[in-house]
Amino acid sequence: MTTITRKPENPTAHLTEADIEQIGIELDAIRQDVIDSRGERDAAYIRRLVDVQRRLELGSRAVLLGSAIPPLWVLGTVGLSVAKILENMEIGHNVMHGQWDWMRDPKIHSTTWEWDNASTSDGWKHSHNEVHHTYTNIVGKDNDLGYGIMRVDEDQRWVPFYLLQPLWNFVNACLFEYGIAAYDLELGKNLRIPKEKRSAEFQENLAKTLRKIRKQATKDYVVHPLLALPFGGAVGALAGNLVANVVRNVWSHSVIMCGHFPEGVETFERAAIPEDETRGEWYLRQMLGSANISGGKVTHLMTGNLSHQIEHHLFPDLPSNRYAEVAPKVQALFEKYDLNYHEAPLPQQLYSAWHKVVRLSLPNDWLATTTPKNLPSQLKTLWAMSTKGPKVRRAAQARLTQLARRQQAAAAEQPGSAAA
Amino acid sequence: MVDMTTAHLPAGAGGRPAGLGRTLRERVRTAARSVAESAVTPLDLDDLLDHFHPLRRGAELSGRVLEVVPETAQSATLVIKPGRDWAGHVPGQYVRVGVDVDGVRLWRTYSLTHGPRRDGSISITVKAIEGGTVSNHLVHRTAPGTMLRLAQADGDFVLPQPLPAKLLLVTAGSGITPVIGMLRNLFSRATPPTTDIVLIHSALSRAEVIFAEEIRGYAARGLIRLVELHTDTDGLLDVDSLDELVPDLAERPTYACGPAGLLDALEAHHSARGLVLHTERFRPVTVAAPGEGGTVTFADGREVSADGSTPILDAAESAGVLMPSGCRMGICMGCVLPLKEGAVRDLRNGALTVAVPGETDPAGVPIQTCVSAPAGACSVDHS
Repeated sequence: MTTITRKPENPTAHLTEADIEQIGIELDAIRQDVIDSRGERDAAYIRRLVDVQRRLELGSRAVLLGSAIPPLWVLGTVGLSVAKILENMEIGHNVMHGQWDWMRDPKIHSTTWEWDNASTSDGWKHSHNEVHHTYTNIVGKDNDLGYGIMRVDEDQRWVPFYLLQPLWNFVNACLFEYGIAAYDLELGKNLRIPKEKRSAEFQENLAKTLRKIRKQATKDYVVHPLLALPFGGAVGALAGNLVANVVRNVWSHSVIMCGHFPEGVETFERAAIPEDETRGEWYLRQMLGSANISGGKVTHLMTGNLSHQIEHHLFPDLPSNRYAEVAPKVQALFEKYDLNYHEAPLPQQLYSAWHKVVRLSLPNDWLATTTPKNLPSQLKTLWAMSTKGPKVRRAAQARLTQLARRQQAAAAEQPGSAAA
Repeated sequence: MVDMTTAHLPAGAGGRPAGLGRTLRERVRTAARSVAESAVTPLDLDDLLDHFHPLRRGAELSGRVLEVVPETAQSATLVIKPGRDWAGHVPGQYVRVGVDVDGVRLWRTYSLTHGPRRDGSISITVKAIEGGTVSNHLVHRTAPGTMLRLAQADGDFVLPQPLPAKLLLVTAGSGITPVIGMLRNLFSRATPPTTDIVLIHSALSRAEVIFAEEIRGYAARGLIRLVELHTDTDGLLDVDSLDELVPDLAERPTYACGPAGLLDALEAHHSARGLVLHTERFRPVTVAAPGEGGTVTFADGREVSADGSTPILDAAESAGVLMPSGCRMGICMGCVLPLKEGAVRDLRNGALTVAVPGETDPAGVPIQTCVSAPAGACSVDHS
C-alpha cells in the first residue's frame, strides 16, 4: 500500500469539493438521528452488559479456585478470557470514548472509568481518542500505524531490521496491553532522552502506569492464586489468569489490526492533509482509513463493535450498540459516492493484515516477484540486501522494482492469467 | 469475591472480651477489605457489591421505590426504601433525588412528606408540572422496584423545638409537601401537641388539593384550623386578607411554602410588620435579566455554550460533562467550581463574578454553577 496521494489512481479523485462537503452533511444527519433517539433502551443495554461482565468475571474467578480439577480450569479460564475481552472491548474502550457520557452516570463515564488493562485510562484516552482518532492513518502522526516499531508503508525505507517485524508483531500481540501502555507513554521516544531531561509529565505518567501494572499483576498473578491456594488451585489460577490475559491481548490486537491494516485500507501523507481540514474531508479520511469485519452478533459484541470500525471512526462517541443499525446507511453512502466500503470476515481481514506485515517486512516488490522457480535467486538478493549495506540495497531494490514492473506488463498482455 | 472475603472472617471472636474482640474484628475486616480490593482492581469493591446489594451500608446512597400512590390526577407519593446509610431527617426537610429519565440521570429536589416512619421508608410527593421531564416521569411512569439515587436530607425549613403556642402555615399547590410531613409527624405522636395551628392552603381547584382528605381530616378532628382556598373560585391568596383570615396573625410565627409570587408577597408583608416568617423555595429566585451568555471552556478543552439565562450546570450536563451538583438552587454549594478566567452572572441577582488570570486567585474564583450563567467566554477548572 502507498499513501493515498502517491497512488497512480487516487480513489477520491472523482469527488468534487461539494461532494465531500455533502458527504459530511449526510453523515452528520445519520449521527443526529442516533443522538435524537438514544435513551432508556441504550442505557439498559450498557448497564446489563456491565452487570453480565462483572458476574461472569466473578463466577469465572470462583471456578478457578477449584482449578485443580481440569474441566474447572478450562471453564474458568474461558470465562475469564471472555470477561476480560468484554471489559476491554465493548465496555472499557467504548465508555472511555464517552459513548455513554450522555447518561450522566458517574459510574459509567469516560472521566471516571478505569479498565482492566496495563495502560491507564488517562494515557490511553490521550493516545487513542486524541491522537489516533484525530490523525487516523496519517503516516508518522498516527502511532496506531505500526506502533512506531513496524514498517507499515512502502514509502518507509526498508532496512534489514524490518525482517523481524512479523516476530515483533506476534510478540506485541501477546503482550499487547504492555505495548499499549508503552506507546501511550511514548516510551521509545522518551527513553532516548537522557534521564534528567525527561519531562515531569512523562515521569508522572510513567509512575502512574507502573503503579497500575503492579496492581494489575498483583491481582492476577498473586492475590487470586493465593486465594486458590487452600483449594489446591494456586498454579491453576495463576495459569488461568495468564492465559486469559494473553487471549485478551491477542484478540484485541487482532481486532485492531483488522480495523486499519488490511490491504486496501488507505493511509495518508502528513503533508497532504490541509491545515484546515473540513468536517467533510475528515469524514472522508475516516471512511477510507478503516475496515470492517463482517459477522454475527457475537462477533460484534466480542470485538466491542470495532467490527464496525468504519462507523466507529465516523462516530466515535455514539453508543456502540447503535453501530449495527447505522452501518447500512453508511454503506449506502459509500455506494452513492462510489467509494470502497471495506468489509470482510475476520479470518480474511486477519490474513490480509498479517500478509501485509510479512510483505512489508521484506523489501518492496520482493514478495510479489518471488515464484517457486526464482526463489533461490530471490533469497540471494534478500541476503545481499540484508548484509551488504545501503548501496547494494539500493541497486537490488531498483532491480526488484523493474522486475515487478515487467511482470505486471506481462500479466497485462495476457488478460487470462492471474496477476502476480 | 464475596466467598473469598468470608474465608478471612474471624472465627470464634465472640468469646473474647468485648473491647479486644472489636479491635480484632475491625483489624480483620480492614485486612479482608484490602485483600478484596486488591482482588478486584481496577474496580472498587463497592462497584461490585452494588450489583448485588445496592442498599447496603457503605454504598453510595440510593433507594428503591416500594410504592407509587396517586394523590390527585397529577400528583403521586413515592414510598422509598432508602439505603442503610440514610441518616434520617426532620419533617419539613427535602431530599435530592437522582432519576434516570430516558437513560439520563437527572436530579431534582423534593420535600419529604412523612415524618420519620416506623418502617424506615421515606416518601416524597411529586406534582407533575406541565413539561416537567422528571416530575411527569416520577408521577406517571415510575413503577415499584425502580432504583433512585438519593442525597441525605437537608434544609432548615423545620419547626422549632419546643413548639410555639401558636403557628401559622401558609402553603400553595405542591407547597403543602413539606408541611404535610410536619403535620403527620406531630399528629402521629401518642399525645398530639397542644399547639394551636392554622393552615391556609391554596390550590388551583378543589380537585387539585393534594392530601385533601388528610388535611380536612385533621381539621375535622380539631387538630388544626384549615382555611382552604381554591383559585378557580376564590382567586389567588391575597396576603392583605391574612388579618381577616387569621385575626391573631401577630402571635403566630409563619411557615410558608409555595410559588415565588406568594412567598415574595409574604416576605414583603411580614417584614413591613416585623413578623416572623420562614419560607421554603423550590426554585431559585431569578431576578436578573437574561445576560449575554457565552462559551464555557473546561479543563479538558471541551467547550459548552450557554445563553445568558441558562445555568452553566445545566448547559454542561446537557453537553455530557459530568458536573458536581447539589440543590440546584444556589443553597448547598455542592456545585461550586473554580472560574479561571472570564465572567459569570449570578441568575438570582445579576451580580457579576470575574476571574482575571494574574489578578484574581490563581486557583480560580469559586462560582456556583447552578445559578451562574456565562457572561461572555469563560473557563472553568473542571473536566
